[in-house]
Amino acid sequence: MNGLRLGVSETDTALRALAEVVAYDPAHARLALKAVCTGCAEDTKRFDELFDAYWMNGGRVKARVAPANIAKRQHTRTTATEEGMMSSGSGERNSPDGDGEGDVESDGKGKLIASRAANLLKKDLRDVVGPTDISEAERVAESIGRAIRDRRSRRRRAMRKGEQIDFRRLVRRSLSTGGEPIHLPKKARPDRPVKLAALCDVSGSMTVYARPFLAFLIGLMRNDPASDAYLFHTRLVRITDALRDPDAMRSLNRLTLLSDGFGGGSRIGHNLAHFARAYAPKFVDGRTVVFILSDGYDSDSSGDIGTALEALRRRGCKIVWLNPLKSWKDYEPITRGMASAMPYLDGFFAANTLGNLAALEHELERL
Amino acid sequence: MDGGPRPPAHQLMTDWKTLSDELAREGYVATPDLAMALYLSVALGRPLLLEGAAGVGKTEVAKALAAARGTNLIRLQCYEGLDANHAIYEWNYQRQLLSIRAAAEDGVTGKTVEERLFSEEFLLKRPLLEAIGKDTPPVLLIDEIDRADEEFEAYLLEVLSDFQITIPELGTITAKSKPIVVLTANGTRDLSDALRRRCMYSYVEYPDRATEIAILAARCPDVEDHLAGQIVGFVQSLRKEDLDKKPGVAEMLDFAAALVGLGINDLTDDPAILQASLATLLKTQRDRANFTTEVAQRLAGLAA
Repeated sequence: MNGLRLGVSETDTALRALAEVVAYDPAHARLALKAVCTGCAEDTKRFDELFDAYWMNGGRVKARVAPANIAKRQHTRTTATEEGMMSSGSGERNSPDGDGEGDVESDGKGKLIASRAANLLKKDLRDVVGPTDISEAERVAESIGRAIRDRRSRRRRAMRKGEQIDFRRLVRRSLSTGGEPIHLPKKARPDRPVKLAALCDVSGSMTVYARPFLAFLIGLMRNDPASDAYLFHTRLVRITDALRDPDAMRSLNRLTLLSDGFGGGSRIGHNLAHFARAYAPKFVDGRTVVFILSDGYDSDSSGDIGTALEALRRRGCKIVWLNPLKSWKDYEPITRGMASAMPYLDGFFAANTLGNLAALEHELERL
Repeated sequence: MDGGPRPPAHQLMTDWKTLSDELAREGYVATPDLAMALYLSVALGRPLLLEGAAGVGKTEVAKALAAARGTNLIRLQCYEGLDANHAIYEWNYQRQLLSIRAAAEDGVTGKTVEERLFSEEFLLKRPLLEAIGKDTPPVLLIDEIDRADEEFEAYLLEVLSDFQITIPELGTITAKSKPIVVLTANGTRDLSDALRRRCMYSYVEYPDRATEIAILAARCPDVEDHLAGQIVGFVQSLRKEDLDKKPGVAEMLDFAAALVGLGINDLTDDPAILQASLATLLKTQRDRANFTTEVAQRLAGLAA
């Protein structure tokens, strides 16, 4: 309970720890339990309060701490389930996209998008993406996938054609030939596939770019079984399964149903934080490249993109932001959202057409 | 606790405080949190996980502990791609090959050769194996565990829970004595819950003013009290600035050593020298560029 990760073995450790210190002295018991019960920096910050709340009831200092009580206390903690923290999809479905565009307008450049956005509300995605787009996109996605797929492993493994000699095997084999190393087993670094995760912004300001981006996502999914895709506007939806549908147009249809609210406002920070918390532990690891396709106009000021990306980064992944606005002349990532995201990005590239995406191949290879 | 035999309080009390004093004698000033966590991890034979920003003295803890207890410090620096050959053991292949040739010339073959080849004589012990093979428990420092990849972390868990290592050719080697294990991490990636659960934990913060002055006094006894106060005040206010890389305790000590070497008695004396000695504290180009003489003087003035 209270978010601390404690099990039966921790109870045991706590008791043994208390036996090692002066358990009836609150200061000592506090320090001892702190070392045992906490597991990360946040725990440490909260522990003193929790300790006070439980043992220092109403300011009356109980000088004696009976270990039996501790055991009971800890036990109740273990039986309780972990705090449910998945506030999934808390977005309002039809939140107005007005304030998001306010941002754009104040920038003085994005008026065109803002005025056209309304037309596309509740649009059927099949009108947005055609079959030719998809075949084109598959080709692009494939080349991009190839560019970043094969991240070399740092370990070496026995291989037929390696650049280094595998001594361990060599000695073993040479025993049978009286110490003459006739066979030279080799070892090399195996290729380890890189996983892709793509998060695509389909808010109002992004509708004009939805066509290449969606096609790109579909191409990516159909091309690589390990990749993962999400759409977000006011909510974040995982669309991987829908996109894996063998029939490309039917998968679009499923997507339309999933992405109710397409063309609305976008809550980038909120959605990224949700992704980092709910999906990233399962799908993102040190060999994942996370693509974010968005213009960085966050219509919700409460979510902090920087903090969300920082949390995501801690999983060891690479983050690449593809921003359609970057291809504009004199574009600078000065909007608050985009600026706060910059320190956490491994790559920040322009992308507004499929051709543009295809050109990314070389940039991504360098990552 | 009621009714049971209770060891005299003062004796217990001295235990973790003694450890804290011993560390202080080695020049390490530990907070009560840290001293207690360290003491418990020694007493209960559990690994200690230390987290905190770079430069708060996590690695120093292990060094001071080893010095205080008069044992060896065995250090395993983790990095991406660290594998069993570098962490646990490796056979000395060159010697094995030579020995095979020699044996063949002497006409010895078969099982005897093989047994000799895969004996401890030809085993190169890497830190983990070395740590469990000692008669007196050494301090095993596993530095920056979050840099190693998850596979290694999982393997480490196994070693840390059983303190035994299996070598296919030799069999299982069980620890002669349990080493005192200190792991450090500074948040490059999240560590697994399983690892966190197995460890005692302490989060090491930047020291407060009094502690840092004590550290400075312990490490650089020739710094005068007045200057020491200024140095610590200056470095602490520097940490509050928006910097790419905040100066740690080691940097503070370098800074103090630099000032003493330059014969400075007061920080505000000579702006040029202060600015020059900032090389010990600010380690990126951006920080250097942002930190103009005026800012340095303002902070130095505040610290004085």
